[in-house]
Amino acid sequence: MTTATHTAAPLLEMRGIDKSFPGVHALRGVDLTVHAGEVVALLGENGAGKSTLIKILAGAHVPNAGTIRVDGVEQHIANPIDAQRAGIGVIYQEFNLVPGLTARENIFLGRERSSAGFINRRDEARRATELFRRIGVPVPIDVPCGRLTVAQQQIVEIAKALSLDARIIVMDEPSATLTPKEVDHLFDIIRELTAQGIGVIYISHRLDEIDSIADRVTVLRDGQYIGTEAIDDIDRERLIEMMVGRKLDSEFPKHTTAIGGPRLVVKGLRRGEAVKDVSFEVRRGEVLGLTGLVGSGRTETARLIFGADRRDAGTIELDSKMLDIRQPRDAIRHGVCLLTEDRKSQGLVLGQSVRDNFALPNLPRLATAGWIDHRRERERFRHYVESLRIKIPHQEQLAKNLSGGNQQKVVLAKWLERDAEVIIFDEPTRGIDVGAKYEIYLLINELAVQGKAIVMISSELPEVLGMSDRVLVMHEGRITGEITDVANATQEDVMRLAVR
Amino acid sequence: MTEQSHSAWSRFVTDYGMVFVLLLLCGYYSIATLAEQHPTGADGGDAVARQIIATHGGGASVLIAARDTKDDELFIDAIRARIEGAGGTIAETVKGQPSDARKALDRIAAAGMKLDVIATNEATSRWTVFDNLAAKYPALGKVTVATPQSYRWPNFLKTDNLLNVANQIVVIAVIAIGMTMVIITSGIDLSVGSLIALSAVVAAILIRDAAGGAEAGAGAMVLSCAAAIAVCAMIGALSGVTVTVFEVPPFIATLAMMLIASGLAWRLSAGESINAVPETFIWLGRGDTAGVPNGVIMMVALYAIAHVVMTRTTLGRYIYAVGGNAEAARLSGVPVRRVLLFVYTMCGALAGLGGIVLASQFKSGDPKFGLMYELDVIAAVVVGGTSLMGGEGKMLGTLIGAFIIAVIRNGMNLTEVDPFNQKIVLGAILLAAVLIDTAKRRGWLRLGRRGKTAAT
Repeated sequence: MTTATHTAAPLLEMRGIDKSFPGVHALRGVDLTVHAGEVVALLGENGAGKSTLIKILAGAHVPNAGTIRVDGVEQHIANPIDAQRAGIGVIYQEFNLVPGLTARENIFLGRERSSAGFINRRDEARRATELFRRIGVPVPIDVPCGRLTVAQQQIVEIAKALSLDARIIVMDEPSATLTPKEVDHLFDIIRELTAQGIGVIYISHRLDEIDSIADRVTVLRDGQYIGTEAIDDIDRERLIEMMVGRKLDSEFPKHTTAIGGPRLVVKGLRRGEAVKDVSFEVRRGEVLGLTGLVGSGRTETARLIFGADRRDAGTIELDSKMLDIRQPRDAIRHGVCLLTEDRKSQGLVLGQSVRDNFALPNLPRLATAGWIDHRRERERFRHYVESLRIKIPHQEQLAKNLSGGNQQKVVLAKWLERDAEVIIFDEPTRGIDVGAKYEIYLLINELAVQGKAIVMISSELPEVLGMSDRVLVMHEGRITGEITDVANATQEDVMRLAVR
Repeated sequence: MTEQSHSAWSRFVTDYGMVFVLLLLCGYYSIATLAEQHPTGADGGDAVARQIIATHGGGASVLIAARDTKDDELFIDAIRARIEGAGGTIAETVKGQPSDARKALDRIAAAGMKLDVIATNEATSRWTVFDNLAAKYPALGKVTVATPQSYRWPNFLKTDNLLNVANQIVVIAVIAIGMTMVIITSGIDLSVGSLIALSAVVAAILIRDAAGGAEAGAGAMVLSCAAAIAVCAMIGALSGVTVTVFEVPPFIATLAMMLIASGLAWRLSAGESINAVPETFIWLGRGDTAGVPNGVIMMVALYAIAHVVMTRTTLGRYIYAVGGNAEAARLSGVPVRRVLLFVYTMCGALAGLGGIVLASQFKSGDPKFGLMYELDVIAAVVVGGTSLMGGEGKMLGTLIGAFIIAVIRNGMNLTEVDPFNQKIVLGAILLAAVLIDTAKRRGWLRLGRRGKTAAT
């Protein structure tokens, strides 16, 4: 970076961006500056506000306050078309390519080069080839994108952004699904782009990558702007500290109970690239924290234990008894249950009443010869409504009309009625307000006291450290570390194991 | 719980609001088909005999004028029974043409008999031979012509017509039970129309070739029908396997079965109608018990069972859960595949039963049966309030839907709507039902939410 570029008006300047959603203040006065020809890494924990900031830039959200300038000219970005006109191209983790169309067709989708309604294929092909030459990588332009590799699809996305005259390209976790060699290749492309004066915003959790590609790094935490530093002036320790900030420990009512012998023992669990040889045990009365970044294989591990996905290898034992789990029914029968991360699409039948949801896994017991005992069903549910303090006007309330906290309690109630012995919570407090969070924590404590084996998957490090008796950290499908002395561990310790 | 009773009415409106549409339709067709009714047959005979006894006393001498039809025979018998019962005499009975009446009058006049009344029905009262009797036959004295009093009553509400509507409903309504289950799981079954034909053909062939044809006994017929239903259940199961194991979209899987089943029906029957069945075969389709058609009794019983299964059993709850959110259901331990397999098998079996009813109504098995019935069945389910998105729907709603479709069809026939226009109307009704479903889903209509009764 030469000082000359910095004195000119920055390519992109976002100032004091503020955004609230109902119940959440997602961004509070965030700044982000990108100069022509530089790579700015955007860093922060899950939920720090990175995606919201990017969506504002892409025109998907409109900020409540703040200004966006491109080349010093203020822009009003109200929709994706405005963003395109301003020269902003965003490449999301989930590509926006139509798999059945070729690279050429995808690049010109919606803006076909045509005359009198007929597509001018030759002109499109020429331009597409030219774009790929500019990027420096040839990609077959007449093969359906669905048959290209992930890395090639990414290049198609970049070509599409360039074809729209994008001068600021945002890449959201571009390396997440690439092999190390492909990542090197991607960096070559990024350097090629910056050499042409394009500014790149690079989002990644991998600090190693950021060291090698970024010029500067901007850190967000809890929707707040923490700071921007030149990459050469900052060491990794300081970066992690900026990301995780200070501990807030009073939120967590951790109650440690006597921990007994092993209950759940998992050995050599594998599934494709997602879970590679995971082994661990959970003891009686123990809350085992399982953390790692999104995509590190935590949820996938939980789904294998629960039988939601077929495992390639591995054994699961409960109380020294081998469990034959092939599908969720088997796991449930053996007392293993999973409170899924996504309650709306996996935990609840939203269009049905909360009582029906509660009864679903318990029907074999609430029914005699297939005949449901409605009174017993009502009474059992009332028991949990009271003991878990579920706030509902009546039992016929549809599940979709409940708050996140109450939904989580309904899901918990259905498993408690099922006498679950192993309870896996996947992001138990996501989307739940502070008061309800505290109640969920108390319930987790209570279950531990009852001698259940509890696995708590969470991305929120304060929660993991505040509630677990022991923490396992995963990275790219493997367990990369264990923290036994949780009381004295810091979020930095966890982060170090999680980012690698 | 007070909330429960409070919301009972509004829930009824939400779930079964279509019942008001049905009532409105019945009301409309009752008014639209209001017409002069002339009692015929036994009713007409009773009515005219009562009139005669009222005006002429018990000892009247009566000539009965009727045509040579079955209905008029009942008419004659009824008059004879009443008049003779009251002490009167039947001077002569005419059964045929006006010329027969003239001959009868000549005979009476020649014999010098006294004649008080000529009992006619609506048709024979118009015979000109009865005009100016005093001039033509002074010997007879003062003769009056009696005709049963006519009255105004809707053609739609005549017993015969209502039974006709009920019989039309049976086939569609029975199959719609299975279709409702399938659609609640957010699937569809297009093969039911073809299965009607296949079932009818298989049952008729088995009766003809294995059960003794026109001399077949009841037990052998029941077995033949059961076998035909089993064949349809198996084809339904095949659809179920294709949908669950191979994850083929239900639309395509059942479209394939529709073609296969239809082809089989044509092959097995060699394209011919099979009539070699005994007279007793019509027991289910045209027979009745205490005046209620047997098919209707069976339909009501099946709906009662289906309603209980859907509301009170584990299986019913699972069907709703699978349609509401298959993934959440699976993760709650619901045997999703087995549930789907069951509903497709059941739908096939019920289509088979529908085919048996139709075969019994026509006393034959024909590969042309059931053509386009799948659309009427799906329409009944959708009009009955079951959501094509799955997870929602009521068995009794479907029954109401089936009635709505049948009443509209029947009403349009009675009011002589052009058959081509009938198709357009039915299409529009289906469209309206789907739009109402969409509107409910998007919250455009808050049906019964706060006790509002905007039912239609």
